[in-house]
Amino acid sequence: MTTKTRVPAIEGWFTLDDKAPTLLGSKCTSCGNFAFPKETYFCRNPGCQGREFAEAPLSRTGKVWSYTDACYEPPKPYMAADPYVPFALAAVELADEQMVVMGQVVPGVGVGDLSVGTEVELVLDTLYEDDEHEYVVWKWRPTGAPTGRVA
Amino acid sequence: MPDDKRVAVLGAGMHPWGKWGRNFVEYGLAAAGDALHEADLPWTDIQYVAGADTIRNGYPGFVAGATFAQALGWTGARVSSAYAACASGAQAINNARAQILAGLCDVALVVGADTTPKGFFTPVGGDRTDDPDWLRFHLMGATNPTYFALYARRRMEIFGATEEDFAAVKVKNARHGLENPNARYRKEVTAAEVLASPMVADPLRLLEICATSDGGAALVLCSMEFARRHAGSQDLVTIDAVSTVTPRFPQAIIEMPNFSTDSSATAASVGPTFKQSVALAAYEEAGIGPEDVSLAEVYDLSSALELDWYEDIGLCKQGEAERMLRDGDTTLGGRVPVNPSGGLSCFGEAIPAQAIAQVCELVWQLRGQATGRQVEGARVGITANQGLFGHGSSVIVSK
Repeated sequence: MTTKTRVPAIEGWFTLDDKAPTLLGSKCTSCGNFAFPKETYFCRNPGCQGREFAEAPLSRTGKVWSYTDACYEPPKPYMAADPYVPFALAAVELADEQMVVMGQVVPGVGVGDLSVGTEVELVLDTLYEDDEHEYVVWKWRPTGAPTGRVA
Repeated sequence: MPDDKRVAVLGAGMHPWGKWGRNFVEYGLAAAGDALHEADLPWTDIQYVAGADTIRNGYPGFVAGATFAQALGWTGARVSSAYAACASGAQAINNARAQILAGLCDVALVVGADTTPKGFFTPVGGDRTDDPDWLRFHLMGATNPTYFALYARRRMEIFGATEEDFAAVKVKNARHGLENPNARYRKEVTAAEVLASPMVADPLRLLEICATSDGGAALVLCSMEFARRHAGSQDLVTIDAVSTVTPRFPQAIIEMPNFSTDSSATAASVGPTFKQSVALAAYEEAGIGPEDVSLAEVYDLSSALELDWYEDIGLCKQGEAERMLRDGDTTLGGRVPVNPSGGLSCFGEAIPAQAIAQVCELVWQLRGQATGRQVEGARVGITANQGLFGHGSSVIVSK
């Protein structure tokens, strides 16, 4: 049993709610445009002059737009486990926000388990560890798929 | 096309692509020397130098225009240095063209060159937690092939492309590049060899993803008046359009190095996609259409991506690229050969030189000097590529 402290691999991009984590995007208070990661300066909608944004928890589920995997170890600053374990990635369409968000797919799920249109949900999982910390990140998991090593 | 809308290409030059491991300036100078020789002009006649920058060779790379000018010998020529990732070369070409069309100079030299490290391209060093290019590696392990593979898989599921189609692109380009003296890989490959090469990012295999290379390319551009005075009545090859457009909001296709697309919740994504708009702007500027094109040099960062470009530059409708490929339309001898140079498949990518090299190939093709890979009767060519974060790049060359 690990006693390491769980910390987000990046601050403010997602909640640390184990049961139902969400990505934290932004919503323009003028035009309603969503952005992930959060927009902080200027609305990306060229027809909007908005400069203020509300934090917006994004949909926890979506459908795979496309997917692939990383058969070779990505270079730094990716912190690969030793030995390296290949992983899948997916770009996922969120219906309400009408945007596509990328992320790794949970361990144990490969490209053979995925299709365009596969329904997935957001979970938290370990990205890497050091002596004191477990750094967690968002990942996609097919709804109803084996849980893999999900945190 | 009126003279005040186009520039003439007097000379083109390249240093062969490879993994030579020497200083990038050397490749740039070799290419510039060849372009000046073709143009039959001394360096001291050049009034403007447009450099395409490299970010992996220290400070001299960031100010490439001045680096090349100093190495050729200071003459007081005016200078610019441009970085736009894979589209850097198009930016440099456009800088020179704008100076000429504005009447600010008569003759300009465009140069780009690179020396590349081994393996995957990585972000520039340091912990930069506000840089999406750094963050996509750190948080997702998303390399460049990750994004190429997302598009490839999408093609398979939406349009029915197969792994055999992707392999066939590689086989075609490898054959095209066999006789190209500037190509790095000049070896025929079979579909079986491609399909037996290791998977890198499913469905893309090692032989289907472009390498990173050293190389250099250069062009001598001038006003039409200067060209007629200097080169006489011979057939002039001209640059009729340079498209450098950005995407339109909302950009609904995931693009390197982003984590997400724009949201289409408040404004529907209508009209052409970004890659379609890159070529459309070039056609509009040149006053021609895809039906006028004799050949194309497109950015085959992956074998699958070449198929996307067939559609995006208007050679066929969406979903018809595989049929075009299978019918041999894009093979040398076909209706509109694509990447007769061998493309990135045979070159690997020397980032700031690549968009310039695409134009060099078109120039030699239109002059009938592309020995061993000549597109017969070529009159109009188009290039297409795209730089990180949304730098469109498309050049139309005609004679």
